[in-house]
Amino acid sequence: MKRLPQVLMLLAALLLVSLFVWPMWRITLVAPQYPSGVTMYIYINKIGGEHESTLQNINILNHYVGMKPIEPEAIPELRYFPWVVWSMIALGLLAAALNRRWAFFAWASLMLVLAAAGIYDFYLWEYDYGHNLSPNAPIKIPGASYQPPLIGTKAILNFVATSMPHISGYLVGIAILLAWVAWWLKGKIEADEKVVDRAVQPDLRMQSIA
Amino acid sequence: MRNLTIIRSLAWLALWGGGMALLSGCGQPNGSGTAAGGALRSRAAEKVYVAPGEKDEFYAFMSGGFSGQVSVHGLPSGRLFKIIPVFSVDAEKGYGFNEETKAMLNTSHGFIPWDDSHHPELSQTNGETDGRWLFINANNTPRIARIDLSTFETVEIVEIPNSGGNHSSPFTTENTEYVVAGTRFGVPYPQQDVPISSYAEKFKGMLTYVKVDPETGHMDIAFQILLPAFDYDLAHSGKGKSHGWTFFTSYNTEQKYSLLEVAASQRDKDFIAAVNWKKAEEYLAQGKYHEVPARYAVNRYSDETHMATSTIKEKVKVLIPEECPGLVYFLPTPKSPHGVDVDPTGEYIIGNGKLSADLTVHSFTKMMQAIQNESFETVIEGIPVLKYEDVVAGVVKEAGLGPLHTEFDDRGYGYTSFFISSEVVKWKVGTWEVVDRAPTFYSIGHLMIPGGDTRKPQGKYLVALNKITKDRYLPTGPELCHAAQLYDISGDKMELLLDFPTLGEPHYAQGISADRIIPRQKKFFKLEENAHPYSAKGEKETRVERKGDEVHVYMTTIRSHFAPDNIEGIKVGDKVYFHVTNLEQDWDVPHGFAIMGANNAELLVMPGQTETLLWEPKAEGVYPFYCTDFCSALHQEMQGYVRVSPRNADVALKWWLGEEEPVQ
Repeated sequence: MKRLPQVLMLLAALLLVSLFVWPMWRITLVAPQYPSGVTMYIYINKIGGEHESTLQNINILNHYVGMKPIEPEAIPELRYFPWVVWSMIALGLLAAALNRRWAFFAWASLMLVLAAAGIYDFYLWEYDYGHNLSPNAPIKIPGASYQPPLIGTKAILNFVATSMPHISGYLVGIAILLAWVAWWLKGKIEADEKVVDRAVQPDLRMQSIA
Repeated sequence: MRNLTIIRSLAWLALWGGGMALLSGCGQPNGSGTAAGGALRSRAAEKVYVAPGEKDEFYAFMSGGFSGQVSVHGLPSGRLFKIIPVFSVDAEKGYGFNEETKAMLNTSHGFIPWDDSHHPELSQTNGETDGRWLFINANNTPRIARIDLSTFETVEIVEIPNSGGNHSSPFTTENTEYVVAGTRFGVPYPQQDVPISSYAEKFKGMLTYVKVDPETGHMDIAFQILLPAFDYDLAHSGKGKSHGWTFFTSYNTEQKYSLLEVAASQRDKDFIAAVNWKKAEEYLAQGKYHEVPARYAVNRYSDETHMATSTIKEKVKVLIPEECPGLVYFLPTPKSPHGVDVDPTGEYIIGNGKLSADLTVHSFTKMMQAIQNESFETVIEGIPVLKYEDVVAGVVKEAGLGPLHTEFDDRGYGYTSFFISSEVVKWKVGTWEVVDRAPTFYSIGHLMIPGGDTRKPQGKYLVALNKITKDRYLPTGPELCHAAQLYDISGDKMELLLDFPTLGEPHYAQGISADRIIPRQKKFFKLEENAHPYSAKGEKETRVERKGDEVHVYMTTIRSHFAPDNIEGIKVGDKVYFHVTNLEQDWDVPHGFAIMGANNAELLVMPGQTETLLWEPKAEGVYPFYCTDFCSALHQEMQGYVRVSPRNADVALKWWLGEEEPVQ
């Protein structure tokens, strides 16, 4: 019981490794001509799909309305986010090693800030793709924009787009939660120890008097 | 005298026909063949109704007969999905027109644009259809083709030398070890200039075994067996206990060569040739064959290079029965037997004596016993003729008139087509009693039950493949459609459910449950695996190269443009090769290519594939080209121009896509 916060903190740090294994977000487009949908997966370091050619197929669809092609090489975040994640794994391991409440708090807070920043960055990219349209687009609909939802479902022309976190996205959420639980538990255990200390001290005094 | 014979035969047929009509009169529930009452009709309609968006339960592969192709239908709906070009050119798909597939139709006689395809046969594993390949024979210029059922494309064609009229073919063995090719027409052996009247002495009938590689499916001739010049009509391989044998029917054992309709119908019995191919393998291993000169083409299509290559081979191994005892036996079988069919257990060999009313059933066990006892009636060119009484297991008596073919269900019944009395007759294997009959409209040839010639029939439906339709459909001038009819055979009585027209003339067909085919489907070809020497795997690789009078255009397609789409510097008299690579990597996104004035077909390029169209412009001008397959909302914009200048003009070769920056 006493070691649990440290174990939870360790687990939280290690859960971030899942970002390099599974996608953190998915966007699925469904239309009559695509009955089983076209699904794009967003990883920490790449953008993929259910097939190798998914991105090409999405780009072909997007070009009709003048959206620029999604080219993973042109998205710098995909190059530096992995370093941020590795750093957070290292810091998490350090926090676990220190086994101090303030370290758990610092890591969990930093993770919250980074996750919020990441989601905001994702929103900005979505906004850019959806609004920054080529003036030479073959299909132009006045006032229309094609930004997919950040989370949830939205109709975009003939498609219904659904955007949701995916496996490693959920696991990062769990990691942050675990870090906060570690912080809280750690506090509770320390508080209990103080109570025990106080309970023990009078005896000691009595012994010294005796 | 001869006329008298004909009249006598006709009278005999008429008598039989009348007799059969009487016999079977009450068995025909509705003479017109329209499902009788309203309730019956709606029940039949329900059984064949495949609701929009739902799929058929079975694939049916039907031969196109004189179209040379294979048509793919769904059962029970009868809907047509695809026509697979096999032995005839197909301008729609560019088959035989584009540079890649011309080699598929090469033979020892050169390029042949047409043939007559008869018997589709699915590959089998352990006597069950496995959904890997479909084989089919070409009758006119003897060949066997293999269709890959992951792409539904013809991927191999092997020519059969020393043969004429490749009718008893391809009929696989139970693990697709071999497909066979027996000649229907005797031909001089070796082929040479001799009087036709020297038939009996100079002509031979060859049975050919084509080995199929179990992994790649590649075919080549393993050996041929030299037999008397009878007409080997149909075949089926043994299964289960008779695995290792193939049975070929024969007619014209009279060895006549003119007015065969009378001359070849005189004998009371012809033969079923039983060939022990496992024995043949032993003789081959012992070197007891003759290697003889024989020119034949082996044509293979590759899904990596997207191209066919044709190789002419020069020799075959021939086994001669006189030197190979135990290789071939003749089973006397009445009246010019047509189809020969083996029941699912492999015990019974059914000879469908087409000029009689009876079916003769031979027993494999009895045949083996007779061979062991060496109880022979006579010996013809080293081939023992077994005694009819020794091998016959039973006779399905007076079942109808003109039996042609038999298929089986999984409940112990045989179903035989009767051409002259135009009906399907159901009989019990073992007791040989007729239990049901159903009329066909009209003149049924083959019939098909999915898996009906394998060890594991899926006996839910029966398809009758009819030669004549007369008044069944809206008339279309002098030539009327041929047709299939679907029967429900799951109950005691056969029930006619549906008529539907077919491609060309359907001879044999094969059926298979869809779940054996669907998982194998290839949706597109991976671009990075494209090994075509003239492919352009991205727009950056597109270019135009001149080599003397030859111009090679490395072109790509993607929704919705060609790259390049403007080309200048072509001259009258050039040979322009458009090598078009479809860059799409998604299912169901082919692009087409056609250019004005080309004495050629279109290209229809599947995603990831490269195909080549040859264009020889004859006059100067500017010629448009465009995409012929509606590919997207901007399909109509998918177009371009080629400028053709006089021979002596000095217009520079250049090409581009989009106005901003010409690619150079």
